[in-house]
Amino acid sequence: MQEDIKITIIDRDGVSHNIDAPTDMAMNIMEVVRAYELAPEGTIGICGGMAMCASCQCYVLSDTELPEKQDDEEAMLSEAFYVKDNSRLSCQIQITSKIEGLEVELAPES
Amino acid sequence: MISTDILIIGAGPTGLFTVFEAGLLKLKCHLIDALPQIGGQCSEIYPKKPIYDIPGFPEILAGELTDNLMEQCKQFQPGFTLGERAETLEKNDDGTFIVTTNKGTKHQAPVIAIAGGLGSFEPRKPLIHNIADFEDKGVEYIIKEPELYRDKEVVIAGGGDSALDWSIFLSDIASKVTLIHRRNEFRGALDSVEKIQELKNQGKISIITPAEVIDLVGDDAVKGVVVKESDNMHIDKEYVLETDHFIPLFGLSPKLGPIANWGLEIEKNAIKVNNALDYQTNIPGVFAIGDVNTYPGKLKLILCGFHEATLMCQAAYQIINPGKKYVLKYTTVSGVHGFDGTSKTAPKAVVKKIE
Repeated sequence: MQEDIKITIIDRDGVSHNIDAPTDMAMNIMEVVRAYELAPEGTIGICGGMAMCASCQCYVLSDTELPEKQDDEEAMLSEAFYVKDNSRLSCQIQITSKIEGLEVELAPES
Repeated sequence: MISTDILIIGAGPTGLFTVFEAGLLKLKCHLIDALPQIGGQCSEIYPKKPIYDIPGFPEILAGELTDNLMEQCKQFQPGFTLGERAETLEKNDDGTFIVTTNKGTKHQAPVIAIAGGLGSFEPRKPLIHNIADFEDKGVEYIIKEPELYRDKEVVIAGGGDSALDWSIFLSDIASKVTLIHRRNEFRGALDSVEKIQELKNQGKISIITPAEVIDLVGDDAVKGVVVKESDNMHIDKEYVLETDHFIPLFGLSPKLGPIANWGLEIEKNAIKVNNALDYQTNIPGVFAIGDVNTYPGKLKLILCGFHEATLMCQAAYQIINPGKKYVLKYTTVSGVHGFDGTSKTAPKAVVKKIE
């Protein structure tokens, strides 16, 4: 039986949420944000998680090691707005025990 | 004025299937969509992606699904107003509605079916402080009339299929095409990328990467763009590039738009409907089906849109034919009789005596 991990998500109003995310449901950060309604429906995960819209962009604040960006994520971030060096697409970050303690901040809506 | 039985807002899979179900009940439909082509998200965002949860299709590409739906309903001769966004909804004294688009096209119908999905797709505008001042004065987000660019200098910004395809297309029309992108790599169909490389080698397109447009110069119209270009040492240089037109192609993002102001009950960017009955909204005669609606337990799946469209058509039938009793006829029994005179029926079984 896999354990939940603790992650912190700062929403677009600057409010910090400590979330217990399940590691056994093949969820990604974007899906966790939607499940907990941390961003208004329709403003995140618009493409469903295919790295085709950048509405789920987040800034990685902790120094948690994450898997490398794939080509699709790189390409999408190069066309997105408000991009910073620590930008990632949250739909490409899977919830696994390896990312325990992750802290991210949702990028402005775009 | 365009008149019809059911005016469908949105020509995605749910809107298209509504035409079929309505046609079985002998109801005519007309569809409005802000995109210049039918199919909604399936044709705009992911036409080449396989979908695995359409009943009856273990696997089907989104673009093929659109083609199939059009094939399925074509005998009911749907009308289309494409490339225009529905702006206003007015109710007449006789109970019918008039929907007017942003181009002024008027449509009248007794029943409105909002199949708007996530909303109408609007261009993503780059974060340039003065870009709004130059819209339609040298800045365009959609290319409607290519001749506008004949013998003119154009700058296109973007890194995806749109930017590549339009650069290729305009290289034969414009006097100069410059493509600007934040990365050296472009993401698009292989033959588009190869064609761009070819045109660059021939000197017909110039490409500036990694770079971005950060400002616009001009008085009443665009005279040039300010380009910020990085070189390999991460040193940025900024300069003005003269141009007649700037076309940023950064993709589209859906917005509920004017529908949010029609007096409908909106929750979480979706329209609340009566899902115990017929998916009608708080405005009698106006229904919302597919991803655009919400109710307890709603799932935003294409197959749910199909189901909601079918039930909604029953209510539409009652509104348009008040008092008439409806008899459910299976298509296997009565076939499908198009408004264009064609018919699909099952071949008759052979009854023959064996000598």
